[in-house]
Amino acid sequence: MNAEEGHHLLYQMQLIRRFEEKSAEQYTKAKIRGFLHLYIGEEAVAVGVIQSLADEDKILSTYREHGHAIARGVDTKKIMAEMYGKQEGCSLGRGGSMHFFDTKKNFYGGNAIVSGHLPMAVGMALASKKQNKKNITCCFFGEGAAAEGEFHEAMNLAALWQVPLLMVCENNQYAMGTALKYTHSILELEKKGMAYGIDTVAVDGMDLNAVINAANKAVAKIKETGKPYFLVCNTYRFRAHSMFDAELYRDKGEVEEWKKRDPITTFKKYLLLEKLTTEQELSIIETRIESEVQEAVDFAEVGTWEPIENLTKFVYSQ
Amino acid sequence: MTYREALKQGIREALHADGRVFLIGEDVGRYGGAFAVSKGLLQEFGEDRIMDVPLSESGFVGAGIGAAIAGMKPIVELMTVNFSLLAMDQIVNNAATLLHMSGGQINVPVVIRIGCGIGRQLAAQHSHSWEPLFAHIPGLIVLSVGTHEDARYMLAEALKSPDPVIVFEYTSMLNSEKEIPANITQVDISKTKVRRVGKDISLITYGTGVYKCMDAANELAAMGIDVEVVDLRVLRPLDEETILASVSKTHRALIVEDAWKSVSISSEISARIMEKIFYDLDAPVLRLSGVEVPIPYPVHLEEASVPQKNDIINAVKKILNHD
Repeated sequence: MNAEEGHHLLYQMQLIRRFEEKSAEQYTKAKIRGFLHLYIGEEAVAVGVIQSLADEDKILSTYREHGHAIARGVDTKKIMAEMYGKQEGCSLGRGGSMHFFDTKKNFYGGNAIVSGHLPMAVGMALASKKQNKKNITCCFFGEGAAAEGEFHEAMNLAALWQVPLLMVCENNQYAMGTALKYTHSILELEKKGMAYGIDTVAVDGMDLNAVINAANKAVAKIKETGKPYFLVCNTYRFRAHSMFDAELYRDKGEVEEWKKRDPITTFKKYLLLEKLTTEQELSIIETRIESEVQEAVDFAEVGTWEPIENLTKFVYSQ
Repeated sequence: MTYREALKQGIREALHADGRVFLIGEDVGRYGGAFAVSKGLLQEFGEDRIMDVPLSESGFVGAGIGAAIAGMKPIVELMTVNFSLLAMDQIVNNAATLLHMSGGQINVPVVIRIGCGIGRQLAAQHSHSWEPLFAHIPGLIVLSVGTHEDARYMLAEALKSPDPVIVFEYTSMLNSEKEIPANITQVDISKTKVRRVGKDISLITYGTGVYKCMDAANELAAMGIDVEVVDLRVLRPLDEETILASVSKTHRALIVEDAWKSVSISSEISARIMEKIFYDLDAPVLRLSGVEVPIPYPVHLEEASVPQKNDIINAVKKILNHD
């Protein structure tokens, strides 16, 4: 990793963090409504995995997808406008926080049915195989999804058909408010990949370098073999499940323990230690992010509402 | 030609016409299709085009949706409508939703064929008429294959749609033989079809009701009653224009379906007639629907569960005696 690459990765993680903090602020001001699921604490996963992908690779994600969209390069202005419900948003304002789409970036949502996008991801990878395309499909989901039947159907189909699919399980330890040990009979989720004969690796999702190494290997393997790969990233969400969550199900002490492993702090230390950055350069990045986030808010504020006459537009193709 | 052979020829033609088309479903390949519709196609097209799948309805329907999004033209087969419920998440939350929710970015041109209907003594978990469940969902196009010509030619049109199409096929009709008129080589899936022109009453129906209503109409003709038979063919979006034009002309309507009566296709059509052309009516709209029970196994109970030809004839007489 050179300094430029290091700065870009740090910039992406910090942009996600700051964007999420600003989103929470805008939520409390009632600018953003509905559900808002923050990615804070998990930034190394989205950034580490997505840096391994090429532009033509396709990404599907969950309702906690802000981090993935930002790491993919979906315009933060359009993302904020989407959360405001404005028609300048990346989904015309119709999806909100849980449903970002940007097909120009090969970003296919934003799916809020837990595990609902996994079969689709298999199908998209199958299409690539049938069309002899070199691109892969990357599907993010949480450990909650790994309890759904669709996860098991998707894993079996992906292995059976040998399609180029990267399945990324973001194990943030809680399916909403229910801990892993209350939802899974086996806590080492990577064993579920082995059961289907899929190459599987579990990695510390709080460590960007570890995620990068694992993701690069996974993507190289998929591109070489055309076969699926299961990557489990063990991570933690620092904030509540959504803005309605009083966090009755976990100790503050546990959260504080995990915060000691904050992926951004860890990566900054790494860059400084390796002399890939300086305090001054770090400060420049922060300033740049601050203005970018503010621009996103400004853009959303002046955005416009889709006319009610358009309500039924796109129920069917025009 | 049998209804089964017509379906098969339609699939075969689609596979020949477009390399992006593939058939995917339980036992469609080596077994030849649970009802032998796709028999021989694996040998002709190979396993990339005719894909057997594990019993994972949500998984392979979802995979069909994903493949459609990514540029393929999948024909997904669900063995019976009862199994389709296992894939309902994919059909409703994804196929029907993504175009609107993404602000017009994501088309889902998938075709899902569903074996459906009553009349083979398959009991309550293999025989129902659940078209209304699907016709309720905006974003889906829902077709009902009530005739041999539609069995032969509907699929080609369904595959042209940029939006998801659900095609209901009726297992009780598979062995029935009919000639397809040589001049028909294409059907219009956006239009309801008037199968028989008449002036006294409109029989509005779909699926297995079409031939039953045609038979009833022939017997009624011998009694001097001139019946118009309207085959809905497309259950969503409804071709309201054709339906209402028929009823405005005959001033009377009987709606016939195998589906359960409450919150059904007939409820919808009846309501639209009231809303739009109430003053054209000479008699109240009547409905003949399925009895609201899980379909039982014994043949006499199964037959009693859905409207039969004599029920239709009696209901027509009742309506005509109204005034």
